[in-house]
Amino acid sequence: MSSLVAADHQAGATPAEASGRKAIQPAWVRIMHWTNAVAMILMIMSGWQIYNASPLFDFRFSHSITLGGWLGGALLWHFAAMWLLMVNGLAYLMTGLSTGRFRTKLLPITPKGVAGDLKAALTFKLGHEDLSRYNYVQKLLYAGIIVVGIVIVLSGLSIWKPVQLHWLVSLFGDYDRARYVHFFCMSAIVAFLVIHVALALLVPKSLRAMIIGR
Amino acid sequence: MGRLRSLPIPGVDKKLLVKDAAKLLPDPARRRFIAGGASLGALTLLTGCDVLDSDSADAMLARISKFNDAFQAWLFNPDALAPTFPESMITKPFPFNAYYDLDDAPEVDGDDWKLEVRGLVDNKKSWTLPELYALPQVKQVTRHICVEGWSAIGSWTGTPLRDFLKLIGADMRAKYVWFQCADKDGYNSPLDMRSALHPQTQMTFKFGDEILPRAYGFPMKIRVPTKLGFKNPKYVVSMEVTNDYKGGYWEDQGYNSFSGS
Repeated sequence: MSSLVAADHQAGATPAEASGRKAIQPAWVRIMHWTNAVAMILMIMSGWQIYNASPLFDFRFSHSITLGGWLGGALLWHFAAMWLLMVNGLAYLMTGLSTGRFRTKLLPITPKGVAGDLKAALTFKLGHEDLSRYNYVQKLLYAGIIVVGIVIVLSGLSIWKPVQLHWLVSLFGDYDRARYVHFFCMSAIVAFLVIHVALALLVPKSLRAMIIGR
Repeated sequence: MGRLRSLPIPGVDKKLLVKDAAKLLPDPARRRFIAGGASLGALTLLTGCDVLDSDSADAMLARISKFNDAFQAWLFNPDALAPTFPESMITKPFPFNAYYDLDDAPEVDGDDWKLEVRGLVDNKKSWTLPELYALPQVKQVTRHICVEGWSAIGSWTGTPLRDFLKLIGADMRAKYVWFQCADKDGYNSPLDMRSALHPQTQMTFKFGDEILPRAYGFPMKIRVPTKLGFKNPKYVVSMEVTNDYKGGYWEDQGYNSFSGS
């Protein structure tokens, strides 16, 4: 601790430099964000191949965008990547809650705030000067996707272990309903991904902040 | 051939069943894909590079699958019962499912058939069908869950496997009961002993109160409601109590071996 202070002191940072050095996205957020990105893409692509074995709806995912080659291969990927997704996700939730990041960054979310920022966003008038503060649309999407992330893991565990975790299954109704919930959560995440990636590309400095921190 | 082929399956349209089964079946060409290491194709496509070679990725996936076996064994509660359902919820028609058409399903002559018992057991005598039918039977209405994701509720009646294992003096500390079946290409599957001793694990002789029809595994199926469907072997001809992991038809191709539900 003292050596850290000394290092800071030695650098003789002016207030302006100090604020410039302060990361918009702290290292733990960046590491967990990209770990999650990898895990989620593996889960989604292998999940599509698993879906194809017994489709819930009248369509299948193109083989070119699935992972695993066949059902058995996809299941191996799915049940491997799930550990990465769950361990990283749990660490993220615990750190986000204990550091107060969720509270300060994502709350409060007011309908009025969301409506105002949504209108501004759709007319391209939403400012992005201060990337350390999320607008209401971001707050809603980021908080919402955390909830969806929790539900997709719980519904996934229900489908995986419907006997051992039958109390969890009853949360969704039954096994078949848990399957649909799992699918709709995936759909919500894919929709989020499309918007999220598009907006990150529209505001490249936000992408930079998620890579190098500033 | 003729006698069993014409055996009607109550409430089941054979043609429809075969059609359904064919739809559910994975593309045969893809079935042994994992063995060829092609599973990584999509990932290299995704990353646009070849950092991981597929052999090492497959080895990693196989190791994680082994870890998942151990994790599931740890999670497995021998007292947790699979949910049961009222008979009104039985799925009709109950799907026929295999890696072959119903026409290619084994046709076992019940008069000639004997269940062979091998391995770590005191009494290795073979059992005829009438001898097995004479054992006390119980009925269960449980959900069959396929590795493909679909599920169906069925009614199965038979002798709890653990009662039979006790009867033949099986070594209950052995690791597996390994089943061999009459399916073409020799279906087989290992069942871990704790699952074999689960109260709902059953040597099944009846489906829906009728003698097990050919479609569902005549003369004997092993019903394990705490496992995925492929761990519920049909057309069983022998069981072996063993400490050796002898592999299984689907397990060898990459399906997770424990596959508990």
